[in-house]
Amino acid sequence: MSELRVNDFTIKVGNVNGTGSASANALLMKIIFRMGVPVVGKNIFPSNIQGLPTWYEIRVTEKGYRGRSGDVDLMVAMNPESYKRDLEELSPGGILLYDNTWPRPHFLTRNDITVIGVPLSRMCNAAFKVARSRILMKNVAYVGAVAALLDLDLDIINTLLREMFAVKPKLVDLNLQAISLGYDYAKQHFGNVNKFKVKARDLTSDKVMMDGNTTAGLGCVYGGATFGAWYPITPSTSLMDAFVSYCKMLRVDPDTGKHKYCITQAEDELAAAGMIIGAAWNGARSFTPTSGPGISLMSEFIGFAYYAEIPMVLFDIQRTGPSTGMPTRTQQCDIQLCAHASHGDTKHILLFPADPSECFDMAVNALDLAERFQTPVFVLSDIDVGMNDWMIDELTWDDNYVPDRGKVLTPEDLADMDKFHRYLDVDGDHIPYRTLPGTDPKGAYFTRGSGHNKYGGYTEDGAEYKEVVDRLHAKWASAADKVPAPIINKASKPPQGNIKFAIISLGSCDGAVLEARDKLESEGVYLNYMRVRGFPFHDIVKDFIDAHDQIFVIEQNRDAQLLGLLLSEIDVPREKLIPILHYSGEPLDYKFVHEALGKELKTRRQVA
Amino acid sequence: MTSFTKPLIRRKNEPTNALGLIRSDYDGAMSTLCAGCGHDGVTASMARAFFELSIEPHRAVKVSGIGCSSKTTAYFLRESHGINTVHGRMPSVATGAIAANHELAYIGVSGDGDSLSIGLGQFVHAMRRNVNMLYMLENNGVYGLTKGQFSAAADMGSTAKKGAINELPPIDPVALALSVGATFVARGFSGDREQLVPLIKAGLKHKGFGLIDVISPCVSFNDHKGSTKSYEHTYKYYNPAIHADYVPPSAEIKAAYNAGDVMPVELHDGGQISLRKLENGYDPRDRAAAVNKLFESAQSEEIITGLLYINEDQKDMHEMARMEDRPLNTIPYAELNPGAAKLKEIQKGFR
Repeated sequence: MSELRVNDFTIKVGNVNGTGSASANALLMKIIFRMGVPVVGKNIFPSNIQGLPTWYEIRVTEKGYRGRSGDVDLMVAMNPESYKRDLEELSPGGILLYDNTWPRPHFLTRNDITVIGVPLSRMCNAAFKVARSRILMKNVAYVGAVAALLDLDLDIINTLLREMFAVKPKLVDLNLQAISLGYDYAKQHFGNVNKFKVKARDLTSDKVMMDGNTTAGLGCVYGGATFGAWYPITPSTSLMDAFVSYCKMLRVDPDTGKHKYCITQAEDELAAAGMIIGAAWNGARSFTPTSGPGISLMSEFIGFAYYAEIPMVLFDIQRTGPSTGMPTRTQQCDIQLCAHASHGDTKHILLFPADPSECFDMAVNALDLAERFQTPVFVLSDIDVGMNDWMIDELTWDDNYVPDRGKVLTPEDLADMDKFHRYLDVDGDHIPYRTLPGTDPKGAYFTRGSGHNKYGGYTEDGAEYKEVVDRLHAKWASAADKVPAPIINKASKPPQGNIKFAIISLGSCDGAVLEARDKLESEGVYLNYMRVRGFPFHDIVKDFIDAHDQIFVIEQNRDAQLLGLLLSEIDVPREKLIPILHYSGEPLDYKFVHEALGKELKTRRQVA
Repeated sequence: MTSFTKPLIRRKNEPTNALGLIRSDYDGAMSTLCAGCGHDGVTASMARAFFELSIEPHRAVKVSGIGCSSKTTAYFLRESHGINTVHGRMPSVATGAIAANHELAYIGVSGDGDSLSIGLGQFVHAMRRNVNMLYMLENNGVYGLTKGQFSAAADMGSTAKKGAINELPPIDPVALALSVGATFVARGFSGDREQLVPLIKAGLKHKGFGLIDVISPCVSFNDHKGSTKSYEHTYKYYNPAIHADYVPPSAEIKAAYNAGDVMPVELHDGGQISLRKLENGYDPRDRAAAVNKLFESAQSEEIITGLLYINEDQKDMHEMARMEDRPLNTIPYAELNPGAAKLKEIQKGFR
C-alpha cells in the first residue's frame, strides 16, 4: 500500500457529454480551490452535443504547477463506453470509482488499484422523481462520493451550491441531497480508504479561476472595442459570448436601453473580417474571434488590411487541423498560417498568450498595436488556454491607461498641412498618417488593395510599388520591440557540460515546460528557458539563441512551425534548433516534455 | 502609369447648390473605362445626385468591390473617402463602416459579377440586415476586365461576343432584393439620367438598404446583336414605369403633377419621395404587387424600371442593434472603460 498523498494527485472523470457533468466537475474543482489548494482543470470534450465520451481532469497541485501531470490517480469512470480505456489509464496504486448499480464486466479489472463501487444510479433513481434530475444528480452524487474520499470541506460545498443556485434556491436542496447520497455511502463503505486527501491551505486567496476566452472578451471591453463581428466556430464562440455579456453588463444605458457597442453575427468568416476592417477604417476599435478554418477564409481580407494599412484584431483560438480536424482538441498549428496569412508578400504581428491572464493583457495590446501599426494583429490562443479554467492571479487594471489610437489626423492637424498623402512616411518611422471618413474634405483619400504609390495613387510602376512594400516590411520589423518581450527563465545553476543546452517554447506549453525543467534540475540537469511572446521576434530572441549551443524548441504541432519561423527570421544554423513536438490534441503534460528532453539530452551528449 | 487627375474648369454663372458648390466639385479622377461605357453615365448621375442633394462631399463614403463598376468610385466625389475592397466583399466592409458611424451617406458601387456570383452571399445578407446604404449594381451581364465571360445576370439565350449561347437562367437582383428584405428596390438604365438621378437621390435619402439595379451596357464585350444587355436591346424593351422624385423637408410639393398621379411616401428625414406614372393603382409599398409586376413584365420581355418597392417602416441595422445616436467612433474612451474597481468586482464571480 502506497503512502498517503496530500494535495498532489490527479482526478479524472470519464462521462457522457450532455449529461450535465461539466457543472458537477466545475463544482468539484471549485471546492478544492476554495480550500486554498491550487488546481489545474482540463476539459477533454468531443465535437458533439450529446452522447459521446467526455473527460475532465482536475490536478491538485500544492506546488501550483500549471500543466497536466500525465498521470491519473483517481478515475471516476461514469461512462461504460470508455470504461475499459479509463481503467487502463489509471496509474498503479490509484482508485477507480464507478457506478455499481449495474455489474461491470468481471474481466475488466486490475490488481494494482483500489476499486470503489457506488450505486449512484440506484440511489438517485430512488431519491429523485424527474428523469432529467436523476441523470443530473447522479453527477452531483459522485462529487459527494469523491468529497468523502478526499476529505473535502462540506461547509464549502454548501456555500458554493448556494452561490451557484442563488437565483434558483430550490435546486440547492436537491443538489445537497445528491451530495449527501454519494458522501454518506462512500464514508460508510470506504471510510478506510486513505490514499489521496486534500488538506486546506492558504494558497489561492488572491487567485481567480478563469478561462482565456472570457478574459480576452473582457480585455476587448477594457481596451475600448466597440465593434465585434464573428461567425460561430468552436472553440472561439465563448470569447464573443463573454464580450456580449460584459457589454450588456457595462455598456447599456440604463435609462434608454441604448448600446455603446455593436456586435454582428456575420454570414461567414469572410464577412466577419470585412466588417471589422470597415469599422476600423472608420475609427471604431473592433475585433473578431475565430479559429484556424476562419483564418483560412479571412485570408484575402487579411492581405487587404495589410496592404491598405487598416487596423485589424483577430483572435485565433487554435484547434487541431488540417481541414475540420478535431475541432475540440488543442494545438498550436496556425503559427505559420497567421504569420504570413494571405497571398503575396505579407507578414503579420502575432502575440502568444500562455494563460488567461495574458489573454486579457494581450487583447488590449492587440487593439493598441493594430492601430499604432495600422495592420492586422493576431492573438494566437488555443483551446487549452481559451476554454479551460486556469488558476491565475487576479486580473488588474491601470486606471491611467490611455489607448494608443495611432497616427490619425484631426481636422485641426489637416488645417496646418499643405496636402495630405495617405502613405507618405512623414516621420521616418515607416508609419504613415491616416484620416477618418467624414472628418474633413482635405483628408479624403482612396483606399485600395491594388498597386499604389506613397501618395495613395494607383500605380503599376515597379519602383513606386517597391517603395511602398519595402516600407511595409520596415514597419512590420519595427514592431519587434513593441510586442511583449520574451520571458527568460534562467536555470537555478549555470548549464553544465561542454554543450550549452536551452529551451525555447511558447503559449500554453509554458506550464509543462517549467515543470519538466524543475524535474530535470532535481536530476542535476540545468537548462535556461525562453518563452517567446510575440512576432516579429524581439532582439532578445537572437541573443538567447546566440548564447547557447543547442536549443530545444517545444511546441504543439507536427511541422515545427515556431522553429521554422525562427529559422526564416533569424540567422541561425538549422542544426542548432531541435524540435520537440506534441500534437495529439490533448493539452501538453510535463511528463512528455521531461521524457523527450531526457532522451534528446542523452543522445546529444553521447554524440558530443 | 498613375491615375489621371481631371482638370478643374470653372465656368462663369455655373449653377451652385445650397452649399455654394458647383457640379464639378463632385467629380473625381478621370475615368479609365472604355469610351461609351454605361458606367460613366452612372458615375455622372451619382455625382449629380450628391450635388443636387447638397451633401458635403466629405460626409459621403464610397465603397466598392472589384471589377469595372467598382473602379468607378475613384471617378466621382474626390473629397470623399473611398474604399475599393476585395472581390464581392464590399457589403461587409460597408456594414462595419456604417456600424462605426451611421451619420455619413454611404454609396456602394458594384457590378453583376461582384454582386451576383462571387459576392452573392454578402449582397443578400447586407439586404437582410437593412444596412443603411444605397447599393448601385451596374449590370451589364458580362465580365469586362477578364474579357467577355457571361455573368450570372446574363439572360438565357443571350449570346456572347464570340457566339456562345448562355443556357443558364439569370439571377435577377431586383427579384432577389424583394425576397430578402431590401427596403428600397429600383431598376434604372444608364442611358436615362432623367429617371436615374432622381432615383439615386431618393435612394440616398431612404433609411435602410436601397438597391438600384442599373442596366449599364458594356460597349466592348456585350453590345452586339444577340445580347440582351446591349443599348439597342435595352432601348427597345425599356419601360420607365415608376418615376420617383425626392422632395426635401422644407420644399413645397410642386403642383405640376395631377394629384391622382402622384403618390407621396414620407421619409424619416421629413422629406418625401413622390412617385409618378403609376399604372392602374400600382402601390410600390406592396411587396407582393412588386413581385407580380416584375415577373409579369419579364414574361413580356419588357424591362421595367423605376422605384418598384419601398418600405420606410422597417428598422435599419443601427436601430436593430439598439445603438446610441452618437456614432460608435465618437464615444470617448472614458465612457467605455469600466475601471479597475469594476474589474475587481467582476472577478468575485470567479473565486
